[in-house]
Amino acid sequence: MRKIFPIVLFVIALTVSLAACGSDKDKGDGAAGEKSAEPLTIGFIYIGTVNDGGYTQAQDAGTKAVESHFGDRVKALRLESIDDTNKQAAMDAAKQMIDQGAKVIVGTSFGFGEALNEMANSGDYDDITFLHFSGSYINDTNLGNYFGAMEEPRYLSGIIAGMQTESNKLGYVAAYPYTEVQIGINAFALGAQSVNPDAEVKVVYINSWYDPAKEKEAAEALLSQGCDVITQHADTTGPQLAAAAADKYAIGYNLDNSAVEGLEDAFLTAPIWNHEIFLIPTIQAILDGTWEPESYYGTMADGYIDLAPLTKNVSAEATAKVEEVMTKIKAGEFPIFVGPIKDNAGNVKVPEGQTLDRSGIWKTDYLVEGVTAGE
Amino acid sequence: MSGFLAAAIVAATPLLFATLGEVIAEKSGSLNLGVEGMMLMGAVIGFTVAYGTGNPAAAMIAAFAAGGAGAFIFAIVTVSLQANQVVTGLTLTIFGSGFSSFVGDRMIGQSVPASVLKFFAPIDIPLIGDIPFVGSVLSGHDAFVYLGYVMVIVLSIYLYRTRAGLNMRAVGENTAAADASGVNITLYKYAHIIFGGGLCGLGGAYLSLVTVPIWQADVVTGRGWIAVALVIFASWNPIKAFFGAFLFGALSILGLRLQSMGIHISQYLVDLFPYAATIVIVIIGTHKNRKEDLPPGNLSEPYSRENR
Repeated sequence: MRKIFPIVLFVIALTVSLAACGSDKDKGDGAAGEKSAEPLTIGFIYIGTVNDGGYTQAQDAGTKAVESHFGDRVKALRLESIDDTNKQAAMDAAKQMIDQGAKVIVGTSFGFGEALNEMANSGDYDDITFLHFSGSYINDTNLGNYFGAMEEPRYLSGIIAGMQTESNKLGYVAAYPYTEVQIGINAFALGAQSVNPDAEVKVVYINSWYDPAKEKEAAEALLSQGCDVITQHADTTGPQLAAAAADKYAIGYNLDNSAVEGLEDAFLTAPIWNHEIFLIPTIQAILDGTWEPESYYGTMADGYIDLAPLTKNVSAEATAKVEEVMTKIKAGEFPIFVGPIKDNAGNVKVPEGQTLDRSGIWKTDYLVEGVTAGE
Repeated sequence: MSGFLAAAIVAATPLLFATLGEVIAEKSGSLNLGVEGMMLMGAVIGFTVAYGTGNPAAAMIAAFAAGGAGAFIFAIVTVSLQANQVVTGLTLTIFGSGFSSFVGDRMIGQSVPASVLKFFAPIDIPLIGDIPFVGSVLSGHDAFVYLGYVMVIVLSIYLYRTRAGLNMRAVGENTAAADASGVNITLYKYAHIIFGGGLCGLGGAYLSLVTVPIWQADVVTGRGWIAVALVIFASWNPIKAFFGAFLFGALSILGLRLQSMGIHISQYLVDLFPYAATIVIVIIGTHKNRKEDLPPGNLSEPYSRENR
């Protein structure tokens, strides 16, 4: 008897895990059908859960907007908590949803790019459209990517921080030291320095995208160093809680947390994403058969990215300044990275008279003057 | 410095509860790898009750019961049904994670009521708080932390100074011998697995009620696994578990503090330290071969009198 139970349990575990991973069998176009009758099935691969209170929740808000916009013309599939450091996991997730009839696969994290790129170019999935968020992979037929000029709202949030601070020390809780994060830090610092030349940004990397307690601890470390405005490029409310507990200010990310109990007197604003601004026209083009691979870079003018409504905690002065600069940004008259820009070791990175365009921005591998980071 | 020590205690407390819970389970012979899952169950149920009733004591009892309920499943499957403990524990982790996401779904972004926050506000102990260094470890913390300290002392006495503790250790070291001497094996195993799970649940509740008192999915984020490593690091001893948890907690925030001061340190390196230290301790323990540093003799072996 005692030998049987482990085996039974193992079989159950195996079955469950196989069901979760999906199988390669039965591949075919069973669900293709007539265009008019069948809804377009779209498979979304998420790195987190749809209720993570941050990044994936923001992604899923876009998915929900697509669902309500198109009604029964589309059907959305979601696979949550897919490891984005594991290419095979992403491919299994995509294949599982393709088996369920998905004609469009949307990978919503940087790490899914390699898997989507390999599948899109393999020849086996020529009838599938792949969309990748935050990467640069693209081909001529069925793979495109999308992202947003997050530097715009980050810069504006920097203006607020620079004007609200009394200690001239701003704290930045960041996930990992890589380009996307560094661009955000630099834009924030430049925004702060534009209104307050003495503003200094201190960065702590936590080596994780999602860890409420660790993010809070990182913010507490920054507060102990005299920072009085805390912002973040990580996904939870942890840093905002730390700022609120210390009676300081917090700038969030992904979500407007102004109504969260306990944050009323701390929350200033948050750079946010509106993924539906990209997804709805793109899905429409796929439905119409007019879609072509593109590398979309949404701006504040498009509404793809935005700054959450400024709260009562933001001074009237700062509100006015943000509105002034925002108008220029939306009109396309206000590039964020304008030379001269020095890195924090004093080397000139962008000479006087030069302005970084999108490709220049995405070559960032340094932090600007006035930023100190432990890594 | 005292700010650093106080923050280290906050980081250490969930680890301490979970480690003590796993020590109790392992000492009685059960390797329950579901720590992460039981912590999540405790976190979400503790938060739910705190949110619904505003009563901190009820929240803690509920968190303990939730962790215990997870462990009860483990006990049925491994003790009564004799299934493999490693597989069952891993399954419990997955179950607990899904359970907490499911139950917590509607509470995302909700805050713990003020009455509960107030209860868990730091309490200064007179006189002791004035002692340098030790003062900031012993005083100025919340009630939950003090409960952890009390737990360390109570469990040490229980394990090494009581008849029941001796019996329980006998069950873990040599189940057949304990059985022959008249100890009720099933009762002892069930009781300690469930009690250990309850402590893990409290560890999770510390994260959701005190550390981050706004509900967020997966608030535990791997601390259950650090606790599993800590049990080995502490060589199954509650007192060593206290120092181990404090050390690991301090290390988990040390990198962040140094970074905030502008001192260059790789967070990757800091994050791998607990595991590296555990490996070193295991190697040292194995070489010294001292009986009290080794794992319980019959750890993770299913016991059935008929199959001896």
